Amino acid sequence: MLIDIALLTLLAIIAIAIVRTRGLLAVVMLAGIYSFVSAGLLTWLDAVDVALTEAAVGAGITTVLLLLTMTLTGAREAAPQSRPVLPLLVVLATGACLIYGTYDMPPLGDPQNPAQQHVAPRYLEQSYDEIGIPNAVASVLASYRGYDTLGEVAVVFVAAIGVFLLLGVGYRTRRSAPGTENVPEHPVGDQEDAR
Amino acid sequence: MKSNPIVREVTNFMMPPILLFALYVQFHGEYSPGGGFQAGVVFAAGIIAFALVHGLERTQRVITPGVIRTLVSVGLLLYIAVGFATMLLGGNFLEYDVLLAHGEGHGGEHEYNTHGQHLGILVIELGVGITVTAVMIAIFYSFAARRAAHRLGREE
Repeated sequence: MLIDIALLTLLAIIAIAIVRTRGLLAVVMLAGIYSFVSAGLLTWLDAVDVALTEAAVGAGITTVLLLLTMTLTGAREAAPQSRPVLPLLVVLATGACLIYGTYDMPPLGDPQNPAQQHVAPRYLEQSYDEIGIPNAVASVLASYRGYDTLGEVAVVFVAAIGVFLLLGVGYRTRRSAPGTENVPEHPVGDQEDAR
Repeated sequence: MKSNPIVREVTNFMMPPILLFALYVQFHGEYSPGGGFQAGVVFAAGIIAFALVHGLERTQRVITPGVIRTLVSVGLLLYIAVGFATMLLGGNFLEYDVLLAHGEGHGGEHEYNTHGQHLGILVIELGVGITVTAVMIAIFYSFAARRAAHRLGREE
């Protein structure tokens, strides 16, 4: 309980810091820290598989990609033109509704929750006999929900196709993608790239 | 970053354990937290860390964009191939039980073919891992190459 409160408070503080900061380098770092704290929270909630993904994707790869994007777009966020009062009100109202909605939610981790009553008992009780592997998450992901996982992999695949279409396939600039043919031969990503 | 010896040495030191850990997460995913998605991302993160320190040029000499572009689809095709293999062996799509001859199950009165399940899960997780690794590295390559072109354009 104490750890929950500590981690969630930390998340709130980081989120506010992200909103208040204008230097995008600091924002990207804070976003990475946010992901890492989220990963800690997920570990605390016993969702270790998700935590591992969150730490690697959210804190690792997303940070790198955001940094690379930043070098294309600039490292400072422009100051807002006007005081965003209306968006603040909308956000506060939505947040209030969501908090009000949580009162109808069943308590966290209660075995009587509807979510725990449907297929979860079957998976937890039978999966070791049927699939023969101890990690029930892996059984569900790879076997019971094999179609869904296939769909997920297809989504990841399509994401790559989208990036290829938008940014090219990432050849060295000398064997360049269409549109960058006139770029001279030049070493890419050397120490002078370091910012 | 290449000029900073601390960053370089720490990355050189950490990269083999990162890649090894990715393989552990990949192939031990049935017994401990992990699986193809996590392993792929961790593996790609190791490669990207190398690329950040040693430059895109050197990384792409080892892992060429062509290889990466191929692997993006190889993983997905491997996954789908398992599905068709089970169909050809007389089962449903992705019904792994038919992949291997019947072994002794863990469950008492029921006779489940856990060997086929093991094999199927191992192979499709490998497919997931390959695609996720390749996609992550491919996206990084695309961004980094774009950035290099952008930078050159500014210098002109």
